[in-house]
Amino acid sequence: MKWLFTGTLSLLRTLWIVFLHSFRKRETVNYPEQAVELPPRYRGRIILTRDPDGEERCVACNLCAVACPVDCISLQKGEQEDGRWYPEFFRINFSRCIYCGMCEEACPTSAIQLTPDFEMSEYNRQELVYEKEDLLINGPGKDHDYHFYKVAGLAIAGKDKGRALNEQDPIDVKTLLP
Amino acid sequence: MSWLTPQVSAVLFAMFQALVILLVAVLLGAVMTVVERRLLGLWQDRYGPNRVGPFGSLQLVADMIKIFFKEDWIPPFADRKLFVLAPAIAMASLLLSFMIIPITPGWGIADLNIGLLFFLAMAGINVYAVLFGGWASGNKYALIGAMRASAQTLTYEVFMGLALMGVVALAGSFNMRDIVQAQEELWFIVPQFFGFATFLIAGIAVTHRHPFDQPEAEQELADGYHIEYSGMKFGMFFIGEYVGMVLVSALIVTLFFGGWQGPWLPPFVWFSLKTGFFLMLFVLIRASLPRPRYDRVMSFGWKVCLPLTLVNLLVTGAVVLLMAPE
Repeated sequence: MKWLFTGTLSLLRTLWIVFLHSFRKRETVNYPEQAVELPPRYRGRIILTRDPDGEERCVACNLCAVACPVDCISLQKGEQEDGRWYPEFFRINFSRCIYCGMCEEACPTSAIQLTPDFEMSEYNRQELVYEKEDLLINGPGKDHDYHFYKVAGLAIAGKDKGRALNEQDPIDVKTLLP
Repeated sequence: MSWLTPQVSAVLFAMFQALVILLVAVLLGAVMTVVERRLLGLWQDRYGPNRVGPFGSLQLVADMIKIFFKEDWIPPFADRKLFVLAPAIAMASLLLSFMIIPITPGWGIADLNIGLLFFLAMAGINVYAVLFGGWASGNKYALIGAMRASAQTLTYEVFMGLALMGVVALAGSFNMRDIVQAQEELWFIVPQFFGFATFLIAGIAVTHRHPFDQPEAEQELADGYHIEYSGMKFGMFFIGEYVGMVLVSALIVTLFFGGWQGPWLPPFVWFSLKTGFFLMLFVLIRASLPRPRYDRVMSFGWKVCLPLTLVNLLVTGAVVLLMAPE
């Protein structure tokens, strides 16, 4: 008989606890009217950033395109007169993109970055293919100070070998001969 | 206006009453589908449907439009006649039971002297809807649902009748109006508490609602006996369930909570307030209690509720005999 009483009491207690939920705050975010609070590291729409001098960061190394598991990035290398590499076109097909962030991890120049923005719905699938002018922004994104050509050993016009940050002067290999 | 004799006007008024009560019952059943979803949302800390119209008030219209335009498909392997008959029984049997419910002293369709028995009979007929639906669908899940329903029905019908007999013994009548009038001094919830508790359990089982929805258990039977139904036929099962909910709430109010009686407020307001409370309780029970295994339901019915109602009836009978004037 004991189980009957304890069981009944437990049922009534359950009812009461559920009823108390009437006075709780609702968890739902009424999305279109109420903005969603996204964490800063949320992986959403992909952008291309510029270095602190305002030049394009992307050096068209293709690592992002290689890292991309769904092959949604395509680009073509071009070379400027000063020796810098840049993408002639840079295309991301967001209808394929899975926002995994592998491209951001692979990028050696912090050029490609993911942002907390997911509101990119389109009625036409073709509209989801973003070109370089759609991707490129005017700022440095998350990485404020990084300047690839200032730390890289690559010689460009106005910066010879050995002139980069923390870079030693090039060694004349002939002096190393035995 | 020579034809408008008192008899004719009485008949017209009765017809008008019947029509209004029918419409209100069906509409209330339909509105409950939305109210239930909003209430479930409230108790699960979310909103429920709140997009259509202000506060989701037009959700019902959207649902109706959708269900009217759904394809009404009868599977080729189904037994057509029974398949079509089942939802009609589901809805009609419960709607007919509204006949016996006295809403206010002046309102109510039929003043039957067998009132309560009529409800028991209709609840019995309602089972055929489930059985026919489950059998005629030609689907194993539907059949299992129908089998569970019949097993469950055998369990609860027995003690549902017995649970109400205590009320009948106290009131000395099957007539619903007499029962309400007999509660003028004391609602029957007090002397018939165990009758109320067991009738509440049986009432939930009649409407196949949580936690006694084994016949249509969504998780394991994928909606059980109405798995093959679509369009308005499904709608009739669906609304029928909610009409049943309204009916059982109204019955509980009439039998145990003094019907329209109450201080200050007019009778109709009291009746609707009490009924609304029990409708809310039905939803709350759904929101909080899980579904037991159906053999547990049966053992609970036979081993707990049936003895309880029998003892209750015995004691009530003894008390009525002792108190009776010589």
